[in-house]
Amino acid sequence: MSVDVVPMVEARAVCKHYSGIEVLKGVDLTVNRGEVTCLIGPSGSGKSTLLRCINHLEKHDAGELLVDGQLVGYEARDGKLYERSDKQICVERSRIGMVFQRFNLFQHLTVLDNVTIGQVKVKNVAPDAAATRARELLARVGLDAKEKNYPSQLSGGQQQRVAIARALAMEPKLMLFDEPTSALDPELVGEVLDVMKDLARSGMTMIVVTHEMGFAREVADTVYFLDRGIIEESGDPRQVLTAPSSERLKSFLSKVL
Amino acid sequence: MTSDGGDAVKVVPVRHVGRWIAGAVMIVVVAMLVHTLFSKVSTGQTSCHTVNGLRTCHPVTNWRFSWNIVFHYFTSSEILHGLLLTIELTILAMVMGIVLGITIAVMRLSPNRLLSSTAWSYTWFFRGTPVYVQLLFWFNISAIYQSLSIGIPFTHVAFLHINAVSLFNPFRAALIGLGLNEGAYMSEIARSGLIAVDEGQIEAASSLGMTRGQTLRLVVLPQAMRVIIPPTGNEVISMLKTTSLASAISVVEVLGAAQNIYAANYEVMPLLITASVWYLIITTVLSIGQFYLERHFARGAQRTPPPTPIARLRQDARGILAKFRTPRPAMTREASA
Repeated sequence: MSVDVVPMVEARAVCKHYSGIEVLKGVDLTVNRGEVTCLIGPSGSGKSTLLRCINHLEKHDAGELLVDGQLVGYEARDGKLYERSDKQICVERSRIGMVFQRFNLFQHLTVLDNVTIGQVKVKNVAPDAAATRARELLARVGLDAKEKNYPSQLSGGQQQRVAIARALAMEPKLMLFDEPTSALDPELVGEVLDVMKDLARSGMTMIVVTHEMGFAREVADTVYFLDRGIIEESGDPRQVLTAPSSERLKSFLSKVL
Repeated sequence: MTSDGGDAVKVVPVRHVGRWIAGAVMIVVVAMLVHTLFSKVSTGQTSCHTVNGLRTCHPVTNWRFSWNIVFHYFTSSEILHGLLLTIELTILAMVMGIVLGITIAVMRLSPNRLLSSTAWSYTWFFRGTPVYVQLLFWFNISAIYQSLSIGIPFTHVAFLHINAVSLFNPFRAALIGLGLNEGAYMSEIARSGLIAVDEGQIEAASSLGMTRGQTLRLVVLPQAMRVIIPPTGNEVISMLKTTSLASAISVVEVLGAAQNIYAANYEVMPLLITASVWYLIITTVLSIGQFYLERHFARGAQRTPPPTPIARLRQDARGILAKFRTPRPAMTREASA
């Protein structure tokens, strides 16, 4: 990555608290284009909150958060910050794909409709074109035979792959994964990770909150270790995961590996 | 079940003696009911004929429930007109109630405190007063407002004047009364449906870039419907019967029509039965509609949709037939090989 290119995500001293409890205490993070970044850390460390701040599902309270060189949720003009309108925030979000721990597929829609609804209703793509693209994506995640099924008829791994296809259908510039394999039976984890690896190889910029250290070591360009709302350690996964310098990371890794 | 030797062991089912007794009692009760429904009573008169010079007399009897009179008025034009009005009032008041109910439920769940407390007050007021009183209130509203006008609030500027007496004719007063009252009940039903939708669905919709309105319309409401439909079906059936209160403010719906007829001929019971049978018929039709509507909105919630009553009958018939069919294991084995 050349230095003059604006990073895809840049966080500077981002803070967030819920009713008095500080979840993020000044987080700095840089995600370059085409890179895979893994956020690891114990539960309650603020990984998911950071991810949710990036697409403005949560509002951060302090610090600067930029996606694609633009402030998230605000506009800087004449030395002031103007809060963006709901509509502008929706447009921003539509360019960032998100995959949830609990899949969150639309239960009342078929697999195909889950993948087309965003294209048709948000991006105003013609229904036929949306269906064609949806079928391509479902084939890519290996689920083209399931397009007429409802989510409840699929296994967890299949649902999560549909959820990835649904997010990709919006042609996102950035994909966020919030513990995508945590709710899956162990034998189903592999099929979801394979889709994500394939996506990483295709050059997608990805931020992945995960407990899968094997995945982080194999796929990530950078790993960030969060603990109690601050970044304890970050860097190359081979370095961070095999020769950690902080005591906290050492004890964390000894528990999860 | 087979023993170790491979011989079939005879299974003796449990005898449910209690069930048999309860069944027998129910059969007797139903038989008594049918008997009295179609029994005849003496009128105290006798009728005599002379056939071939022989004069025979026998007492005159009538149906206890005067089915002949019921039948006579069942499709009379007064009753059918009343029925039409009942159906119209039910549909219009329910539409009004559902639209109002969903609006108030969404307001109630709004982060805007003014909106949510307005919604709460609405429900409080309309649930807290009897619908009968509300109907009388709207029917007599012209006593306190001679005319209604649309204009700028708190000034004398008005663009449109409407005479209250002509606006609140009996039918409209009934419609407004029933609809506003229904809105309060529907809002609670709609609210429970909206709350039942998983928060994750809303987050997923937002992450796709849907606006709040789109999320509500495309994601939340369709899934809330699964929870909203069954109690709404009950509300429709309940509304059908509540419209009979409109007869008190001189709306000639089906009960009003029956009352008008028996005021002239004193056949009170047969005409009340006529109205009741019509209510039963429409309730039955509505229940069937409700079943299919529930089935439609259960899409995705259940892995396999519940069978329709017809499919269930067919299944039962197949089960009974299978019991009586003699098994032919040798032939099927050959056929499959």
